[in-house]
Amino acid sequence: MSPGRGAAAMTGEPLLDVRGLCADYGAGPGAVHAVRDADLMLHRGEVLGLAGESGSGKSTLAYAITRLLRAPGIITAGSVRYHSGSGHEVDLLAANENQLRVLRWSQISVVMQSAMNALNPVISIGAQLTDVLQAHVPGMSKAARRARAAELLTMVGITPDRLGSYPHELSGGMRQRVMIAMALALQPEVVIMDEPTTALDVVTQREILEELAELREQLGFAVLFITHDLSLLIEIADSIAVMYGGRLVERAEAAALFRAPRHPYSLGLLSSFPSLHGPRRHMIGIPGSPPDLRQLPAGCSFHPRCPYVMDRCRTDLPPLLELHEGNGRQAACWLQDGSAAAPAALALPAPPAGQAAEPAGRAAEPGPAESAAAQSGQVNLRSRS
Amino acid sequence: MTELEVTAQPPVTGAPVLEARSLTKHFPVHQAHRTARGRRLGRGADGRAAGRPVVHALEDVSIALPRAHVTAVVGESGSGKSTLARVLARLLPPTSGEVLLDGRQLPASGAGRRAYTRQVQLVLQDPFSSLNPVHDVRYHLERPLRIHGLGENGASLDEAITSLLERVSLTPADQFARKYPHELSGGQRQRVAIARALAVQPKVLLADEPVSMLDVSIRLGLLNLLGDLREREGIAILYITHDIASARYLADTIAVMYAGQIVESGPAQQVTDEPAHPYTQLLRSAAPDPERAAPPVLAARGAPPSLVSPPAGCRFHPRCPHAMAICADRAPRDFDVTPGHASACWLHAKDLDAAQASPIARPPAGQPALARRPVSEPGKETR
Repeated sequence: MSPGRGAAAMTGEPLLDVRGLCADYGAGPGAVHAVRDADLMLHRGEVLGLAGESGSGKSTLAYAITRLLRAPGIITAGSVRYHSGSGHEVDLLAANENQLRVLRWSQISVVMQSAMNALNPVISIGAQLTDVLQAHVPGMSKAARRARAAELLTMVGITPDRLGSYPHELSGGMRQRVMIAMALALQPEVVIMDEPTTALDVVTQREILEELAELREQLGFAVLFITHDLSLLIEIADSIAVMYGGRLVERAEAAALFRAPRHPYSLGLLSSFPSLHGPRRHMIGIPGSPPDLRQLPAGCSFHPRCPYVMDRCRTDLPPLLELHEGNGRQAACWLQDGSAAAPAALALPAPPAGQAAEPAGRAAEPGPAESAAAQSGQVNLRSRS
Repeated sequence: MTELEVTAQPPVTGAPVLEARSLTKHFPVHQAHRTARGRRLGRGADGRAAGRPVVHALEDVSIALPRAHVTAVVGESGSGKSTLARVLARLLPPTSGEVLLDGRQLPASGAGRRAYTRQVQLVLQDPFSSLNPVHDVRYHLERPLRIHGLGENGASLDEAITSLLERVSLTPADQFARKYPHELSGGQRQRVAIARALAVQPKVLLADEPVSMLDVSIRLGLLNLLGDLREREGIAILYITHDIASARYLADTIAVMYAGQIVESGPAQQVTDEPAHPYTQLLRSAAPDPERAAPPVLAARGAPPSLVSPPAGCRFHPRCPHAMAICADRAPRDFDVTPGHASACWLHAKDLDAAQASPIARPPAGQPALARRPVSEPGKETR
């Protein structure tokens, strides 16, 4: 999806503007605060990655934005402003069911995590595709719906003769492609993808990501891509927001996050993925385990696992602050508020804005031959003579 | 097919602890099973019964696990890597081939099986279902000790359990011993599962995707634990994974499986950095890699074949960008790329004639934007 990298900077008008969003599970004193004070901006044509571990609140945030959060989940505060192409603005959290019905799918659509559960097992995929069109495009003839469904399948690389197939007759990758075709059926402005490739093998995952990049180039939709796989996100996203314990802790351009993380948790996540290049080094990941949302630690919820913890972190919650370096970089860490010098690992120079990731800094630098091979994605067979 | 006799790696000492020779495992397909179009499987186009169909889950797989050595098996789902673990754990009997523990084949009797499981232990992928929710941690660790007669009285049992929990860094041990699985995080549960496997002081640990269900930030901790067990206690470890980067991080040797066969094996870094089999190249090109400056070009397309009727010749040839005439005809044997690094691919054969090495013409795969490499470049250059 990297073709979007340059495009996002040019068409940077806001599309979805999330402010102070809070979502709880349950009410009263026992409520679990799954998302707290989330501020997020998705620009037109952008791929925004939302990274975090299980329980960090990333899926809850996505469902809250689309008002798909099911009971006992409730949205307790905040606003989600959607700026449609025609120029008017809707607060999704204040919209009534009718307004939502108009927006959902045709403007904002969702690709769910598990295609097997999201598709109806007893209805053919052709019927499920035409069902969308029937519900949302009044006056479309049956034949036209059928033709459009065939066109959608072709678009995601499935031959139209599979229209009569049932979900169990398709492979996992094909089911996920059907989900993507359904999400794109009405040419939405925003597609929210919740771990769309997590259950798939790497080769299938890569094929689907390639197709997605092509479709994005054709159709120009923006993507909110949710995953726990930060190494994948850095490759495909324009900018990345990192969540921890229900809060956004860092926001940066993908390359800047990779080369110069500003939050200790982002740094820890980045050093949790073994590299495919360079000498093998002993890595430690992040000690401890993710917090229990029912009993979040006081102060910064990352402090029990943080190697740079200070006294202040145990009592005061750091706000998500705009950093001095600009480029929309934000981090929620007391090390970055300017009162003290940040440790070297969290103060690396960021690459210039809008540039793709280039080897530098903290990561082991691959040799010239290796990086050339990595760039082309090709590794020649050894000569046989 | 493949001998993982690694001589170049430092931690290897002597003969393998566990060795599988030419393991084959076929699963029968039920006759009632029908294909999507309602045809019976196992009948040819003329409707003639073609014998009882089987899933060729493992085909002639040989692997050796030396002491103090991590051997990674890398492959996609359906490649047979979990079947291999189950056959090695003797949960499944092989269709043919043998499994040797310290060079001996243990009898299939109950006593033989007990002696075997005393030394070869399996850790499963999902710690949420591999621990019994109604029992506490202590019970899980006590069971193997009692079954194998290792803890006689209460005091020695307590001691054994404490030391087990400390070995997997679950401290304070007496607190963890009283907890139930639901009180533990995923990483802690997987540590309990590993402690349970270690209870009988096994020589071999078979770990089937031990970290893929866990959060990214705690995966490394588990991998490092496995690495420690290799170094401190000299355990031979089989690490099964779909993640080639984690295999590169942990393993000494990597074996790559495709459609029930080992297609490449060798020292970990050599296999990942200079893959010699087109399938390994495909896996590497598809793996997430933040260092990559441009979007990757996949080294092949398509999906793994049906294992009920696998392709003739090399099982990868229908997807292979380098496929030659001989690939569709004869299955390749292992060719040594360098000593200790073997690849089952005809591109490494030195004595092919022109007809055998002629590229297979194949229609383009329907998606024009997908860059394909020119067919069989490396093969031509050297001829």
